[in-house]
Amino acid sequence: MLILENVDAHYGKSHVLHGVSIEVRAGEVVGLLGRNGVGKTTTLKAIMGMARRTGGRITFEGRDLEGVPPHGLAGLGIAWVPEERRIFRLLTVLENLRTGLDRPGMTPARRDGLLDKVYAYFPILKERRHQAGGTLSGGEQQMLAIARAMVLEPKIILLDEPTEGLMPRMVAQIQEIVHALHRDGVAILLVEQNVPLTLDAAGRVYIMEKGTVRHHAAAAELRADQRVIHEYLGV
Amino acid sequence: MAALTESNPLLRTEALTVRFGGLAAVNNVSISVARGEIRGIIGPNGAGKSTFFNSLTGVIRPTSGRIVFNGENIAGLPPHAISRKAIARSYQITNILPGATVLENVRIASQSRRHNWSMLRHHRSYGDVIARARAVLADVGLTGKEDELASNLSHGEQRNLEIGIALATEPNLLCLDEPTAGMSVTETHATVDLIRRIARDLTILIVEHDMEVVMGLAHTITVLNYGEVLAEGRPADIQANPRVQEVYLKT
Amino acid sequence: MDQIIIQTLHGLVNGMVLAMVASGLTLIFGIMDIVNFAHGDLLMLGAFVGATVLGMTGSYWLALVAAAIVIAILGALLQVTTLRPLIGRDPLTTILATFGVSLVIQKYALWQWGPSVRNISEPVRGDFNLFHLQYPWYRIVTAVVAGLILTGLWLFLKYGKYGIWIRATTQDRVMAQAMGIPVPLVYTAVFAIGSAMAAASGVLFGPFAGVTQTMGLDFTVRAFVVVVVGGLGNLGGSILASIFISLLESYAAILVSPAQAVIVSFVVLVLTMLFRPTGLFVPTPR
Repeated sequence: MLILENVDAHYGKSHVLHGVSIEVRAGEVVGLLGRNGVGKTTTLKAIMGMARRTGGRITFEGRDLEGVPPHGLAGLGIAWVPEERRIFRLLTVLENLRTGLDRPGMTPARRDGLLDKVYAYFPILKERRHQAGGTLSGGEQQMLAIARAMVLEPKIILLDEPTEGLMPRMVAQIQEIVHALHRDGVAILLVEQNVPLTLDAAGRVYIMEKGTVRHHAAAAELRADQRVIHEYLGV
Repeated sequence: MAALTESNPLLRTEALTVRFGGLAAVNNVSISVARGEIRGIIGPNGAGKSTFFNSLTGVIRPTSGRIVFNGENIAGLPPHAISRKAIARSYQITNILPGATVLENVRIASQSRRHNWSMLRHHRSYGDVIARARAVLADVGLTGKEDELASNLSHGEQRNLEIGIALATEPNLLCLDEPTAGMSVTETHATVDLIRRIARDLTILIVEHDMEVVMGLAHTITVLNYGEVLAEGRPADIQANPRVQEVYLKT
Repeated sequence: MDQIIIQTLHGLVNGMVLAMVASGLTLIFGIMDIVNFAHGDLLMLGAFVGATVLGMTGSYWLALVAAAIVIAILGALLQVTTLRPLIGRDPLTTILATFGVSLVIQKYALWQWGPSVRNISEPVRGDFNLFHLQYPWYRIVTAVVAGLILTGLWLFLKYGKYGIWIRATTQDRVMAQAMGIPVPLVYTAVFAIGSAMAAASGVLFGPFAGVTQTMGLDFTVRAFVVVVVGGLGNLGGSILASIFISLLESYAAILVSPAQAVIVSFVVLVLTMLFRPTGLFVPTPR
């Protein structure tokens, strides 16, 4: 469904991605692991049209993303949950959700249905729906960021380090949510540094190092033999 | 190589703490770096490495604790004063002057150390400054590119120029902030060689995410986690340390 | 004492008109970082269009609405043709572009309507009695209309669907795009809204001092001062700052000539830059 073929990307002069090839099929959860600075977030940014693509191709359901403007991706079914969450701090929780709810073709019934669904996943957001985004705690902001992606009714969610900086209890909650989204049929490209969570949630895992994909295996394989993980992510 | 003894540390931090509001980004960090040592500083995201560097180089004022450099407490001094103490730093985002040539970039840095900005002498008469600049360019492998505009260099060359600019200020302590970020494997190897070359007469602190680089270069490694020192020791010891593995792999 | 009451009224009325001008400017700046040097000229053009429509139809209110619509469309066209291609470039480029547009508009107005002063007659005649003083009704009406328009803008931004799009884009353009908000369209719409507000201000101000090609300049300068003093991109701040500065100017006019009273705005500007550069009416950043 989402295919990156040999993608190169630059930030200014810095050649940050070298021939990255990744595939995510419909409904799959795919993990992207690697230490800091290896290019995981850049890969997501390349998909979102935010890093300068200097080589290779990115296609979604067969359509080349090259000519698609950044605001067209949500309409195609690609949702992004960035590493920094990027909540609209001065908008309330509800208004944050509305940025995704008020799409062309949305009826009030569908909108209410989506809101109810999201509030069922995240009851705390319903409680705080009139609170400004900037006043939420880190964990709540992460939930809002995910909820915001969900109301786009996406086919794939690009999830960038959702557990970063969260307490263990929240990490477990995020794990639950990833499972629930998977059950719902949403594909997820999960960028993480948390190895156990990724190996548990994902079916397949890519491991990146220095701007390129170094290893690709089924999560089960990596669970069974942790040496590869140690080599690329350990010390 | 100077004796790596604890009794002759060039840099020592004592209970260094940096708080932002209620959060301690650096919490009670005490390290000791000997003269001539290459010290690697690693740790997962958010461990406080950048904040630690920033407090060493005067960008941030520590909340408490001391930073003793050459016997003197430099905690809280502004960046230009720290530079005068012969501590130099390279940055993650390149700070070169794109409109100047490679030689000019290094010459300006060298000049800051050697002359008092007399407005009356022509720059060409600063023979010693130019000689020093050329020597630095040789050290960082940019000799053939003297007259090239800095903006025309490749990314890897620009990062090396950045190191050269820091070198030209004749530091005793060189702080390198992720020097191989965004580099290809080839460029990384070249930079590692460069650092080995210049480490002869210098003490170096290096923050890095690339394990190969850090393990290969450093004499001693300090691992930070949540602002505190988790472990310290030789590369082999750090690699074998189960708590360090745990922190990195979150298992 | 009488003087003070009259000047207070002047200050409030002028402040409301200035607030309309400054709001458009701060919205445009807040969302797309464009310093619109042509803003005062859009005001002037709006006033001329208003005067013309008034001449044709005899209706002040029709003139007001027509001017706003025409200039909104013009603003949108301007943004799409001259400013959109410059997105992402050095800010100096957009400043030069809007400055160029400003010159073109001024010369066009001269060519189209000639050098003589046009007249916009008051929508309402007669004076209003405050104690023993008399104050023209139309000025009060102007202030009320401006207030209504600003309230409408505020409500639109706060509760309207597109208002949320505008606020989201202002806070984080990249994330707004990722949510599917068509940012280029939002930019054009905001520029159109800002232009419409400038045009409406021009028509509202017409009865005060007549319509001339250079009437925009006074407003541009004072609007910039207000935007800075009120906090860049801060709508509420610019409204408060407009009233604050207009009141100060009016009181100063008791002591010196009105032309000199404008110095007050610059003094306030300098003090703001020195002591509260993020804006006088902005909560202190922690």
